[in-house]
Amino acid sequence: MARYVFKRILMMIPVLLGISFIIFAILSFSPGDPVMMMLGDNPDPQAYAELTRELGLDKPFFVQYFNYIASALKGNFGKSWITKIPVFDEILARFPTTFYITVGAICLKVLIGVPIGVISAVKQYSIVDNVGMVLTLIFASMPTFWLGLILILVFSLYLGVLPAVGAESWQNFVLPCVTLAIGSAATLVRMTRSTMLEVIRQDYIRTARAKGASERVVIYKHALRNALLPVITIVGLNFGVMLGGTMVIESLFAMPGLGTNTITAIRMKDRPMVMASVLYVAFLAGVINLLVDLAYAYVDPRVKAQYLRK
Amino acid sequence: MTTKNVDKTGVGKPDSRDYTKKRSQLKLIMYRFSKNRLAVLGLCILCVLALCAIFADVIADYQTMAIKQNIMNKLQPPSAEHWLGTDQYGRDIFARIIHGARISLTMGIGTVLTSLTIGSIFGALAGYYGGKVDNIIMRIMDVFLAIPNMLMAVTIVGALGGGLVNLLIAMSISSIPRFSRVIRSSILSVRDMDYIEAARACGTKDSRIIYKHVLPNAIGPIIVNATLSLANTILSISGMSFIGLGIEKPMPEWGSMLSEGRAQMRYHPNLVIFPGIAIALAVLGLNLVGDGLRDALDPKLKN
Repeated sequence: MARYVFKRILMMIPVLLGISFIIFAILSFSPGDPVMMMLGDNPDPQAYAELTRELGLDKPFFVQYFNYIASALKGNFGKSWITKIPVFDEILARFPTTFYITVGAICLKVLIGVPIGVISAVKQYSIVDNVGMVLTLIFASMPTFWLGLILILVFSLYLGVLPAVGAESWQNFVLPCVTLAIGSAATLVRMTRSTMLEVIRQDYIRTARAKGASERVVIYKHALRNALLPVITIVGLNFGVMLGGTMVIESLFAMPGLGTNTITAIRMKDRPMVMASVLYVAFLAGVINLLVDLAYAYVDPRVKAQYLRK
Repeated sequence: MTTKNVDKTGVGKPDSRDYTKKRSQLKLIMYRFSKNRLAVLGLCILCVLALCAIFADVIADYQTMAIKQNIMNKLQPPSAEHWLGTDQYGRDIFARIIHGARISLTMGIGTVLTSLTIGSIFGALAGYYGGKVDNIIMRIMDVFLAIPNMLMAVTIVGALGGGLVNLLIAMSISSIPRFSRVIRSSILSVRDMDYIEAARACGTKDSRIIYKHVLPNAIGPIIVNATLSLANTILSISGMSFIGLGIEKPMPEWGSMLSEGRAQMRYHPNLVIFPGIAIALAVLGLNLVGDGLRDALDPKLKN
């Protein structure tokens, strides 16, 4: 098991290096001069040349890249070109906002998605199932930012019960979490329903029924436990995707999170900030995926046996 | 196993279709698709949107109705003259939505075709040759996959600047890895079939085997994925435009209509409600058709 974890962590290194190269290349070869961004439209030529040298922008691309990687390996990801703050101070200061939105949305999504999915599957083709399926189709097709706008319109502007922008108190997080949760909850309902339907047809469910177990025991003890495994994996894997996908939600609700930070940094051509943000999100997503895989192995003896064999 | 043949539309009744009658594969697929009411509904939605996009100029003139500002006429409620009202610059919302359909659909289709073409080349090479080629291509794809889609697209558009072409490049690059994965795995599933070996025994060239024998037999999942990915692309394009990184103003794109209408939405909710419905309808139609195609192509997958 430890060997497997070690191998997986080692495998993250080339991926992160690859990401750093791609993003670095995109940012370096794109039009627009970061030095002009920092000095304004008509800079003093001497100051311009000095700053270019200071940032290392006068060197060839590969030298710049290797310098970046060399200092990143020492744990120094540099300072923001715009604010001059060390990038990780900024990222760590903004991370909680993004983290709360993501975690809140995932909890809500599971609380909504799993029960409805189970009921839909158990009562397949009933009115509840049919209505549920139509609703999930509609919610899954809605753009999240539009749903967010409508929620702001109703709850902030018309009813005035929840704040529309900012991140000062817990109330600020209600609408973003709900917005992010609803669309993906709809997908989760459909997934839970289909895995549940698959499980219900298995032989061990028939055996449980045949030995006279009550319907509740059959569904909750035998079916749900087995159906939840793949569902949990998908939810976990989604965590990483969500971390990177809160950009639109954060900018809709004007929240100072990682997403809005990345958008600003990209607009300002702030290379150290963009690099660190992207690498941080990719690293987190990789770690979360690993944890999900491990948790899965822990819960399911069949998977655990597979890893031990490797 | 009567449950296997239960049809969604048949609400629990056993399947009465006669599968023994001889029919071509394509006709069978079309038949199964046409029996799926939701899929047909999706196809109808898409047809209406496509017709709107094609005949947008006939329905409403681009220059005078969708682009030209007319402050005298601003923020009108829906009326006989302006079906969905006008925005803060006095432009007709209906005309802008119709022309937005043209932009979203062409951008979406363009993106999917580009990433499908490039993705299928990589996926086909990786799947067909296996071994080292497979390893190199798929590890590179893994790197791209590890960057969240939206983050990748935002970085590329942010770096290259807005505009139609850059948006198309950004969206394509971020969806190539997913396509090459799908194509690789469906090719792996047919690669070792007897008919491929037969073709190879006849001395057929590799490129011909891939295009004539492997791809047509692996095309099912590819089509389904393309449809569903078109839905996602349309969502992402409007999302990008919403945060101001997509299509440049004053082009009538659904996402940018939403972000422009936001300031006025309290007293003029029609500014944000209708463009959102347009996006949702397009995505819903594509999702329904995608699901329907999946069930029609492979009835075994269906619950």
